[in-house]
Amino acid sequence: MISARNRELAALIPVALLLTAGFAAVFAQENTRLGDLSLVYGAYFLAVCLAAHIYLRIRLPDADPYLFPLVALLTAFGLVMIYRIDADLARDQANWFVLGLVLFALTIHFLRDYDVLERYRYTIAAVGLLLLLAPRLPGIGQQVNGAYLGVELGPLAFQPAEFSKICIVVFLASYLREHREVLIVGARRVLGVTLPPLKHLGPLLVVWGASMFMLVFIRDLGSSLMFFAAFLALLYVATGRFSFVVIGMAMFLLGAWFFSSTVPHVHDRIEVWLDPYSDPTESGYQVLQSIFAQADGGLFGKGFGQALVTIPGSNDALLPAAQTDTIYALIVNELGLFGACGVVLIYLLITARGFKIALLAADGFSKLLATGLTAVFAIQAFVIIGGVTRVIPLTGVTLPFISYGGSSIVANFVLLALLLLISDRARREAGSSGRLGEPAMGGS
Amino acid sequence: MNRQIVKLFGLVMALFAVLIGFTSYWAVFEAKALKEKDANKRPLLEQQRIERGRILTADGTVIARSVSKGRGANKRYVRRYPEGALYGHPIGYSFVREGDSEFEQFHNDELIGNESEFASIVDELLGHQQKGNDIVTNIDSNAQRVALSALESAGFGAVVAIEPSSGEVKVLASNPPFDPNRVPFELTELNQNEIEAPLFNRATQGQYPPGSTFKVVTAAAGLDSGAITAETPIDAPGSLEVEGTALENDFGQDFFGATLDTALTNSVNTWFGQLGQQLGNDTMFEYMERFGFNSIPPIDLPEDEVSPSGVFFEEELLDHNDPVDLARMAIGQERLAVTPLQMTMVTAAVANEGRLMKPQIWNRVIDPDGRVTDRLDPSEYSQPIDEETAAELTTAMEGVVSSGTGTNAAIPGVAVAGKTGTAETPGNEACGGGVDENQAWFIGFAPADDPEIAIAATVECTEQFGNDVAAPIFREVAEAILDEG
Repeated sequence: MISARNRELAALIPVALLLTAGFAAVFAQENTRLGDLSLVYGAYFLAVCLAAHIYLRIRLPDADPYLFPLVALLTAFGLVMIYRIDADLARDQANWFVLGLVLFALTIHFLRDYDVLERYRYTIAAVGLLLLLAPRLPGIGQQVNGAYLGVELGPLAFQPAEFSKICIVVFLASYLREHREVLIVGARRVLGVTLPPLKHLGPLLVVWGASMFMLVFIRDLGSSLMFFAAFLALLYVATGRFSFVVIGMAMFLLGAWFFSSTVPHVHDRIEVWLDPYSDPTESGYQVLQSIFAQADGGLFGKGFGQALVTIPGSNDALLPAAQTDTIYALIVNELGLFGACGVVLIYLLITARGFKIALLAADGFSKLLATGLTAVFAIQAFVIIGGVTRVIPLTGVTLPFISYGGSSIVANFVLLALLLLISDRARREAGSSGRLGEPAMGGS
Repeated sequence: MNRQIVKLFGLVMALFAVLIGFTSYWAVFEAKALKEKDANKRPLLEQQRIERGRILTADGTVIARSVSKGRGANKRYVRRYPEGALYGHPIGYSFVREGDSEFEQFHNDELIGNESEFASIVDELLGHQQKGNDIVTNIDSNAQRVALSALESAGFGAVVAIEPSSGEVKVLASNPPFDPNRVPFELTELNQNEIEAPLFNRATQGQYPPGSTFKVVTAAAGLDSGAITAETPIDAPGSLEVEGTALENDFGQDFFGATLDTALTNSVNTWFGQLGQQLGNDTMFEYMERFGFNSIPPIDLPEDEVSPSGVFFEEELLDHNDPVDLARMAIGQERLAVTPLQMTMVTAAVANEGRLMKPQIWNRVIDPDGRVTDRLDPSEYSQPIDEETAAELTTAMEGVVSSGTGTNAAIPGVAVAGKTGTAETPGNEACGGGVDENQAWFIGFAPADDPEIAIAATVECTEQFGNDVAAPIFREVAEAILDEG
């Protein structure tokens, strides 16, 4: 039997090789002369990953062995794609990757006993809501493309929604762990529909209100959808009542429909989603260019570094926000449908490992926390890929671990750290009680 | 809670499957339609990153090539035409903003190196960048130059020369010409110039009254259908009343008991008028269609830049069911409008023992490694007439040049077969409305016993006759080609 950590190590090496090959491909495209720079980058990346791996070996020996390599794969992939757009952006992203790993390590160090989060759940919820509000605060708030998503504190600029999503999930997991029994038992049937008890409905209405609030004040349909869907997923897992999900979805759609007709920015996004050809050069430009880029990719894509991002002979974007919002379209353009399937498959594998952790976890909070973190991660990927492929309106959510952006990568590494913390405990307990099919590593 | 978690995972799988579904829709199933959207500038931008292949004449003169501009991601290629206006027709132009035309448009896929999906993957894996193929044409650079300069001193018009046995297009000239290098700067002006219409390819799009050159078609129909033989006499009076007005011969000359040779040599209108009436609608249209009339000639140019020939009424082509003045149609009047390319095809079919080969400008495609990847395989379009008919027609057409109306086409030491044509076009607005304006024609081939080249030359808005202005152009072009052969 190969131990969990050795499997992790074995998986990291091909990831580093892929990164090396990816850079080599981009270099080959850019200056025909193939230097050994791609090897240097590959080695640097492998060294950083190995450091994280050794840290995991010491601190979380039993944690899931596949999550970290899968995330490293996405990061490597993102680095190559971003480098291909702009080398300077890739350097930033590499720095944030390292910063993300530092926060990853700190999270593991300080939250080894993550149950402590339950004790501060209302504080955490308040921080989460405050973070969401921050972009509308005068002086520090920033408006990006009509949505209020950014915050600027002196030299530090970040997107608080990325961190807020973790706070909200922690709160919901803790709240639902405590109240799930009452929500189930107290439910009553009205006109054939099972409704939650009114007394405990309050906090849930608050969550609905918060997501509507986001729609109106932050003006971002994407984050709003992401938060509310994660909430419904948790509610469903906690209570087992599918009817709650149906009611919640209906409430969200009703609210979204009502507010979208009153908030111009959200309204435009929906109009453009329904008919991008009505204004192909202005509001419909991004959606259309993103689809045209995909059409250009076909089955196998044009190859790394081969797609058009800017209009040749100018600096005008052909594919707007290629390094963030529409990076998926660029992936389809360069690696084709097959490459895109690969990327979606990696997200699915991460989701599968995340839910596996939730299944193995013994206590309710761990279960719900792992479920919530995994769900919010998967939904985020769905919201942005769905936006780029016109499944839903296009919004400014990042593609986790791939899109350019410090907040996104750092927050998602914190999310990963929490998942691994839960996993380590769950697998150790399962291993010692013999429920897990594989022996845990001895020693610790 | 585990059951719900598993179900939730099922939902995530379903959602991700939707993403893959939509991605395949855009990237594969709908890709072609998306690439054709007006809002999508990608295909054009992509194309200018590819080094488009060169276009060369048969003797290796570079007609079109690509030069690179900018570096790195900004690198792109722009088309240059070193010979300027000489090959404006039929090569056309290709620019990102202005689009493309003529040969450049028709052969776009080969020129930019579009290959099958599989071949392009292999190329990608091998690190090859897409590069266009060169195309060598059949165009004879010397003959093209002779043709265009002869036209330039004669007037607006066109010359087409085809090798009868293969269909290879050796000359395709249209006057006034245009310089494709100027297109990016003055496309609007070129388009708005309605009098000169330099972008209009008169060789393939000019629809002119054929005049007496059409008698070759009538004679072919008469002989091949068995209605007459080369010895059948027809009484052709100097004037004949047809549909209420007189049809007259030149100088009102009578030709009683004339056979085909005499009739063609002297271009006897009443002889052919009667033959046309005798043949009837069905036979006349059947033979016209066999020669390619009433459809777009199968040349390698975009269909919307090649016009059909036939009898037109309100811009619609008439067929055998429509009432026509057969006598006047038989001598190239009525509402006949023909392209120089169509008349060259008629001539080439007679020259090639009755077999009409598809006219083609391209000869071979050469990939960036210098390999010939495709070569013109001459193919027959139709066989309008049998070998015997062709031989009898050739004899009659030789008489036209040796002792008839087309003596200016004669080449010392070479037997030439041909036919003149002079269609009166009084009051033609394109000619400024003058009363003495003619459409002058000469069609023919040489050497008559072993034809190497079939040519149609036409000049619009001239006060001269076919033999005076078109026959000398034929001779010059034929000599240029025969000298080399």
